[in-house]
Amino acid sequence: MQVANIEKHPEDPLSSTMVLNMGPQHPSTHGVLRLKLHLDGEIIKKVEPVIGYLHRGIEKLCENRSYHKALPLTDRLDYTGAFSMNLGYILAVEKLLGIEAPPRARAIRVLLNEIARIGAHMVWIGSSAADTGALTVFLYAFMVREQVYDLSEAAAGGRMTLSYFRAGGLHRDIPAGYIDMVRKFTDELPGRVDEFEKLLTRNRIFMERTMDIGVISGADALDLGVTGPTLRASGVDYDLRKVRPYSGYELYDFDVPVGIRGDVYERYLVRLEEIRQSNRIIRQAVESLPDGPVLADEPGAVLPPKERVMKNMEDLIRHYKLISEGFRPPAGEVYHSTEAPKGELGFYIVSDGSENPVRLKIRTPSFGNLQALPCMLEGRYVADIPAIIGSIDIVLGEIDR
Amino acid sequence: MGDIPETVSQLKNKHPEAISDVNRFRDEFTVLIKPDAVIDICSALKEDGFLMLNDITAVHPSIETDFFFVAYHVFSQKMNLRLRVKTKVPVDNPELPSVTGVWRAADWYERETYDLFGIRFIGHPNLVRILTPDGFEGFPLRKDFPVEGRR
Repeated sequence: MQVANIEKHPEDPLSSTMVLNMGPQHPSTHGVLRLKLHLDGEIIKKVEPVIGYLHRGIEKLCENRSYHKALPLTDRLDYTGAFSMNLGYILAVEKLLGIEAPPRARAIRVLLNEIARIGAHMVWIGSSAADTGALTVFLYAFMVREQVYDLSEAAAGGRMTLSYFRAGGLHRDIPAGYIDMVRKFTDELPGRVDEFEKLLTRNRIFMERTMDIGVISGADALDLGVTGPTLRASGVDYDLRKVRPYSGYELYDFDVPVGIRGDVYERYLVRLEEIRQSNRIIRQAVESLPDGPVLADEPGAVLPPKERVMKNMEDLIRHYKLISEGFRPPAGEVYHSTEAPKGELGFYIVSDGSENPVRLKIRTPSFGNLQALPCMLEGRYVADIPAIIGSIDIVLGEIDR
Repeated sequence: MGDIPETVSQLKNKHPEAISDVNRFRDEFTVLIKPDAVIDICSALKEDGFLMLNDITAVHPSIETDFFFVAYHVFSQKMNLRLRVKTKVPVDNPELPSVTGVWRAADWYERETYDLFGIRFIGHPNLVRILTPDGFEGFPLRKDFPVEGRR
């Protein structure tokens, strides 16, 4: 931390407010976030989050490429759970096109989306526990995270940047033996979560550092645009998987954990329960996985199966035209939102009927959640900052885009 | 017009001057309003239960068009209804009243829209750039801004 300058408090000549910069390179800001702290001794008077250090202009780039070439850019938003980002984008494009993926593809999407949620929550529990001094949890969480990487790799071929979903379905079906891999993972996971509980839930140090810290009321959280587990920990029952189900979430039986107090500890409990609920969804998806194709047969937008491309002239032309030009959705605009690990992920796509979007706005969850940070920090001590930032679980890749 | 949600038709009856059109595409409702009615409509929506402002952004339809669309996405938990409120501002004098007084969430979204499109939100407490670096010139999401940037 560097002392930037000391400014005299305007009203009281004896007291002074110090402005301190925390970040952009700081281990507990979880990325390139800078906080301008106005301090009176140890007490935070005012916070100004400064963002934009990771701005890559993804929205501008998307305007200049076809819809399927924009997909890999969505991997780079929340890179801890890239399946969720891909899913949000693909569902928005499908809504614009007016097509739907076949049942098997929808079920696999749900399965992988929940695996991504577990993976993202593992990064959160590992890093936020380390921020409060519990370093062991980090190593335990990254063991599970490694399994999530393996599952991602087996399905998509990539470990972190996946781009596995396509408008109309999936790039390819899951490999043979994948279901057994997932079963093994879901059988082991509850035991792992119990280990986290043993290490943290009744840990005196962890409780004292998190209880009644960073409190935000449900009304404040709603007004400030907070979504996801951070909002639910404040007692607002808003989970898009239940409120506006997509990709077949209405078929699965799961609970949405909701907190009361809205402090750091409650956000911990809500996310921990979400991991268990995701595991429940994955189990159901595995047991009820339908058979059938994984790509819809929509000649105008979806690639034909590869074996037909090699044998059939019409399919070869269709393949060539879709790859070289892309598809042309009808003119119009859609906003589709999904429940990403961090909250509401919305894609607002405006089309004029050409192969590139006119505008592709990404409403990312962490951007809205970070806006509530001053509300949680002001009046607290400097030492509470790591615990509070850790509890809202931000990823700068999606904030700055 | 029977499929338009009741709350929207009520709003249209209350503010006939302000709302120029309501249209539906893919089961989403877009309410087109006059730019000077932004605060009135947004306050009325919030009173109706649209407590969540999910997003504010702008659209520059093409390099020839001399206006931007500004779109507000609001959501009501009570009615489980999402609405898009859209208005038009001219490119040569892009000004709109700020809705930070209605939803505090508008703060960063308006800053972002200002940063990327140059739309000034009158009444915003701190309208400065948010994503682009200090000293950045131009508004990158306008269609006349080159993709590779300016040197």
